[in-house]
Amino acid sequence: MFKKILIANRGEIACRVIKTARKMGIKTVAVYSDADKDALHVEMADEAVHIGAPAAAQSYLIIEKIIDACKQTGAEAVHPGYGFLSENSKFAVALKEAGIAFIGPNVKAVEVMGDKIESKKFANAAKVSTVPGYLGVIVDAIEAVKIANEIGYPVMIKASAGGGGKGMRIAWSEKEVAEGFAASMSEAKSSFGDDRVFIEKFVTQPRHIEIQVLGDKHGNVIYVNERECSIQRRNQKVIEEAPSPFLDEKTRRAMGEQAVALAKAVDYESAGTVEFIVDKDRNFYFLEMNTRLQVEHPVTELITGIDLVEQMIRVAAGEKLSITQADVKINGWAMESRIYAEDPYRNFLPSTGRLVRYQPPAEGAENGLTIRNDTGVYEGGEISIYYDPMIAKLCTHGPDRASAIDYMSIALDEFRIDGIQHNIPFLGAIMEHPRFRSGNITTGFIAEEYPEGFHGVELGDERRRKLAAIAVYMNELHAARAVQISGQLSGRPRKLPEDWVVSLDTWHQRAKADFVEDGLEITLSGLDDSDAQTFVVDSEWTPGQSVFVGTVNGEEIAVQIDRAKQGYRLRYRGATVAAVVRTQLGHRLNLLMPEKVAADTSKYLLCPMPGLVKSIAVEVGQEVKAGEPLAIVEAMKMENILRAEKDCTIASIEAKPGDSLAVDAVIMEFDFETK
Amino acid sequence: MKEIIRQLEERRNVARLGGGQKRIDAQHARGKLTARERIELLLDEGSFEEFDMFVEHDCHDFGMEKQKIPGDGVVTGWGTVNGRPVYIFVKDFTVFGGSLSKAHAKKMTKIQDMALRNGAPIIGLFDAGGARIQEGVDALGGYGEVFTRNVLASGVIPQISVIMGPCAGGDVYSPAMTDFIFMVRDTSYMFVTGPDVVKTVTNETVTSEQLGGASVHTVKSSVADGAWDNDVITLGQIRRLIDFLPSSNRDDVPERPYYDDAKRIEMSLDTLIPANPNMPYDMKELILKVVDEGDFFEIQESFAKNIVTGFARIEGRTVGVVANQPMVLAGVLDSDASRKAARFVRFCDCFSIPIVTFVDVPGFLPGTAQEYGGLIKHGAKLLFAYTEATVPKITVITRKAYGGAYDVMSSKHIRGDLNYAWPTAEIAVMGAKGAVEIIHRQDLGDPEKIAAHTKTYEDRFLNPFVAAERGYIDEVIMPHSTRVRVARALALLRNKEVEAPWKKHDNIPL
Repeated sequence: MFKKILIANRGEIACRVIKTARKMGIKTVAVYSDADKDALHVEMADEAVHIGAPAAAQSYLIIEKIIDACKQTGAEAVHPGYGFLSENSKFAVALKEAGIAFIGPNVKAVEVMGDKIESKKFANAAKVSTVPGYLGVIVDAIEAVKIANEIGYPVMIKASAGGGGKGMRIAWSEKEVAEGFAASMSEAKSSFGDDRVFIEKFVTQPRHIEIQVLGDKHGNVIYVNERECSIQRRNQKVIEEAPSPFLDEKTRRAMGEQAVALAKAVDYESAGTVEFIVDKDRNFYFLEMNTRLQVEHPVTELITGIDLVEQMIRVAAGEKLSITQADVKINGWAMESRIYAEDPYRNFLPSTGRLVRYQPPAEGAENGLTIRNDTGVYEGGEISIYYDPMIAKLCTHGPDRASAIDYMSIALDEFRIDGIQHNIPFLGAIMEHPRFRSGNITTGFIAEEYPEGFHGVELGDERRRKLAAIAVYMNELHAARAVQISGQLSGRPRKLPEDWVVSLDTWHQRAKADFVEDGLEITLSGLDDSDAQTFVVDSEWTPGQSVFVGTVNGEEIAVQIDRAKQGYRLRYRGATVAAVVRTQLGHRLNLLMPEKVAADTSKYLLCPMPGLVKSIAVEVGQEVKAGEPLAIVEAMKMENILRAEKDCTIASIEAKPGDSLAVDAVIMEFDFETK
Repeated sequence: MKEIIRQLEERRNVARLGGGQKRIDAQHARGKLTARERIELLLDEGSFEEFDMFVEHDCHDFGMEKQKIPGDGVVTGWGTVNGRPVYIFVKDFTVFGGSLSKAHAKKMTKIQDMALRNGAPIIGLFDAGGARIQEGVDALGGYGEVFTRNVLASGVIPQISVIMGPCAGGDVYSPAMTDFIFMVRDTSYMFVTGPDVVKTVTNETVTSEQLGGASVHTVKSSVADGAWDNDVITLGQIRRLIDFLPSSNRDDVPERPYYDDAKRIEMSLDTLIPANPNMPYDMKELILKVVDEGDFFEIQESFAKNIVTGFARIEGRTVGVVANQPMVLAGVLDSDASRKAARFVRFCDCFSIPIVTFVDVPGFLPGTAQEYGGLIKHGAKLLFAYTEATVPKITVITRKAYGGAYDVMSSKHIRGDLNYAWPTAEIAVMGAKGAVEIIHRQDLGDPEKIAAHTKTYEDRFLNPFVAAERGYIDEVIMPHSTRVRVARALALLRNKEVEAPWKKHDNIPL
């Protein structure tokens, strides 16, 4: 076995590999760029080698630097993680030449599977089912129809040189093929100057399901079940699970056996993943093989108990696989949520900066439920502009799919991140989505269910009441503390009201609260005393804590809490509400307050992201045509030119070069009136 | 007997109705609450005791003798905020537009006298039209009486003014002499002369909001210390403020149970200071992570944002926080920031509130605008305020403490009690670039030499140790232990006593 390995990666995956190496008694070497000087993986490793500037092309992607680092530290093997050099055959070759073991497959496997056409050929030869189609050049519409009939409908007509949807047509009938073929050809010609088109089967309602394989240098290959990764946003996986809610045992075995056959065809000798697209009738077609550890490998580990990284290291050291196909079982269900630094409410715009708060839910197993959180960050750390914006991979495991989802919902509710925007509300919303829960998902799920983007979730009445009860609980604690202040009139302490109104945005409930043995008993009813319902809230929560964890009527609940100018802002399962508890009179008077209409911002140029004003291109009084540049704001080291959307006159300028602006800060005011 | 009691109740009901239902409805239509509704929200439930409910004016000019409404446009009395007594006067816009008569002024001064004598805060809610012109010089005299009491009470009891409607002319000077002015956005404004007079005299056309709305006074003029969206939020926040303040200069700061650990370690503070010395960071993160429960009541949040001032608690007891804000103008001290912080420091000193200062200051802002604007005198205000303050003063230098600004920001030399520095502190006369250009002027043409000199300067001076070697810094502390250290220091200094030389009063550079 190796004594020391180097991890040619960063972030959560580097930390993940280090954990297993440490468990196996293997020393670890981290590599880091300038931006990662204080990163978690550097701290966790036994040694660390600096390899260059922040940009990956100047550090993590430079083969020589990694090999130098190995030589310098005496590392005998390299784990490449995912991304960066993990599927770079030149890297595998260079390591081989330097006499350093690559914790991954052989060079040939990397090369073959890295090539779209080559891999398909190997797949065909290994009798792996691929998307039916005709790769040759099609001469005319008659031939096209003939081919389409052979493939079966619907088919997709695609430009060979294509991309971006240009020259692409979906045809459901002979007639549509004939028409579509001509249209695609001319479009291909005009767009790419190349009128070659080909036809393949169009897979409707596709699901992305992949098979994990594991091989050794002794010719053994097994499949370690599947993962379903259909929940994607613009081809970026968001939620993964294992097993798939869609596969039956027969399909699973068929897919597994084909994956093994393909792996054997390239003498695969490590952990790898064979990706399939699966249609609604459980027909599956080979997409590609990833010759590395996948991001979403933890869900497989959770349902099989196999440490894939450990297996990779063992087989790389020449050990025989100690697991046989018969040993691989499915135990329960696992979910993974990718927590990204992005703003779900602003079309998932990336968000970078300091993690002012980073408090993940506690990892571990309890009552048959497990939380695992793979991360490479820490509170006070930085999400930099240079790398993948993934903050953490939060996984849950339970006896079945529903329990894994429910546990994920609670884990997401407990996860506190401040300082940057993150997609936890969006993940929370998906966990609650009936279609997701039903398992009836496709790769189009997010695009179909959130066509206008994500705008939060509306709470139902039952949940509102729960949150209202929690708000009353917190208010009671605050109020009880407030009346313990020193300096009160002696013998005349303030008596707290017993009759409250709790408001969640514009939804109001009458509330009466009473401390009982097992918590605070809260009776909520309509303002006219209708529909009274009693809740018992129990919690260790105290003022100042930003996550409320406790029970409502014995049921576990976690809610994110922020103090507001009045009351609290609560976040729960993708929903955000303002909760205020007032006296009866306070409530009545508050209803008299005018609603603040959001100011008309169309006459202002607002700063679209937090940034630094580099320059202002206009002067007060200047007339500007639509499209003319107004100002340059630098954010994330990028210069963003802000342009006029309409013809206007500059009424005033509120910012000057050098100003640091928050998002939505006013840069200038326009005047649209024509003179 | 019963009949007499019934009559009293009737008279009270008439008085409570103020200017009548029609005017009450008009007040609501403007998005404002009535005087009595405001009192209900400001004070503990049922704690208000009203004085002078039946007072009426005695004006006999312009037919005023026929118009009398009990209370005469101001509701006065006392009540409690979380059990602690406060005195209040609340202008009633429904009665003669809340205008000030002799009788009206008398009601106010009676309350002012009681508050001063009995040592409890006084809160004035303003929503009024100014002097009652029919009363002529009597109204002016009334103002003067109120002003006098404002001055006498200054530094003895906290005086808080809340502008909740119009406040113009003579009415503005009483708030101006109190400790804090707060406003309600969109429904309040204050100015010496209104838009009509402005138009006549200077030919400027402005709206009341443009002339004296919350957006003007909290951002541009700094007349107001804060503003909130409506009456309900504002009164809730005034209650929150009262909980921070001692009742008078004879009392200690209030204390209440707290749900935080005085020994709380914040590891994330060890990475607060960016590697690049020119990168900003948010000083408020430090404040929120050091004080109890992250609860911070900011004063003048929207003005001179390069310095942050406000109240917080540590171990349940009030502290005043002053901090340079690197996010805005690199945290530089300019005239506005100096004035803002100086007034805050003096308030804390009046009322025995310990001051915790977080320092990251690159110096004073250079330039003609600043010099012409009297930066010397304004900067001196902060220097003076810190130096004269005898309350416990704890200073933590996080990064830059350059030049004269180092001295000003509660340094050891101006009687700082405990002066800590983070290992990232740079206590020096100036940054490396400027210093090298002066010290090594002869090498300016040689970039290599300059680079070497810069490195030497940085290594020698841009750290806390030169100051620590001289005892100017009591200790270099770990950022993550800042709360622990500050809390311990405050506990240590609780019995601090300082004898000052006798003087009538000092002569701060106003």
